[in-house]
Amino acid sequence: MQKHWWKVLSVLLIAYSIIAGFLGDVPARDILNESIRNLYFHVSMWFAMITMMTISLVYSIKYLAGYKRPFDNRANLFAEMGLVFSFLGIVTGALWAKFTWGAFWTNDPKLNGTAITILIYLAYFILRGSMDDQDKKARIAAVYNIFAFVLMIVFIGILPRITDSLHPGNGGNPGFNQYDMDSSMRQVFYPAVLGWILFGVWVAGIRYRINTSKERIETWKNDILNQLH
Amino acid sequence: MEKRYFKSIALIAGLFACLFANAQEATSRPEMADAMRANGKIYVVVTVLLIIFIGIVVYLISIDRKATRLQNELNELKK
Repeated sequence: MQKHWWKVLSVLLIAYSIIAGFLGDVPARDILNESIRNLYFHVSMWFAMITMMTISLVYSIKYLAGYKRPFDNRANLFAEMGLVFSFLGIVTGALWAKFTWGAFWTNDPKLNGTAITILIYLAYFILRGSMDDQDKKARIAAVYNIFAFVLMIVFIGILPRITDSLHPGNGGNPGFNQYDMDSSMRQVFYPAVLGWILFGVWVAGIRYRINTSKERIETWKNDILNQLH
Repeated sequence: MEKRYFKSIALIAGLFACLFANAQEATSRPEMADAMRANGKIYVVVTVLLIIFIGIVVYLISIDRKATRLQNELNELKK
């Protein structure tokens, strides 16, 4: 149980964000109305996604520093978890946009930027899947991951701030004060973000254990086959 | 094992306690839009969401344990 306290914390924080997210006070805004509460859930997905990609990047760099396989494995699975969050973010965002901006998809720079980012990360998995040599795969994937991360920052962190965007906090000052968010909302939003990040780390950890087990079975199988021949 | 279950039950009970604490606060305040949300049965929705979330978490915990067990079995096989 001592080892798992952060999993409990994750569940508690997300549960808190569900309770307080629906029952707490929110500022009244035109067009947004009660949908302002989506901030607790939709935006959290993106914060969690960016954190997963950052963890993935760190593991890729660690891999390149010593070519230790477990680091590559972790980089892979954290990127996967980040991709899951980004899908959830884009679908919830489309739904929210339909009822506030009037369409599921607009040519907003942030929307197109995230779409490109998702494609870049999909290419990461295609790249991994296309190579059989484990070491070669790991090295190329790690280098590509660094490239992908930089592009993600450009596409969702920089470009939407340079041009005008429908998203709050873009097109000029990206400060948090520009959001339609008051201090009572922050008390729910930040715990929600932390909760989802921990949740992502949890799931990625499970995937890691399954993946390493699978790989070990795979190598044993090959060893046995080699001995037979 | 028993102890662990007790802790998770206590956790869920605590969550619901939070919910009711919130509900009481809402009714003791001067009547505002909050009361409308109470009449609009938003608490039902929140509880449903919590049940779904807790269900997913319980499932995740079982997957977590299965993965650990698989890993342990492989470790023993190696010896």
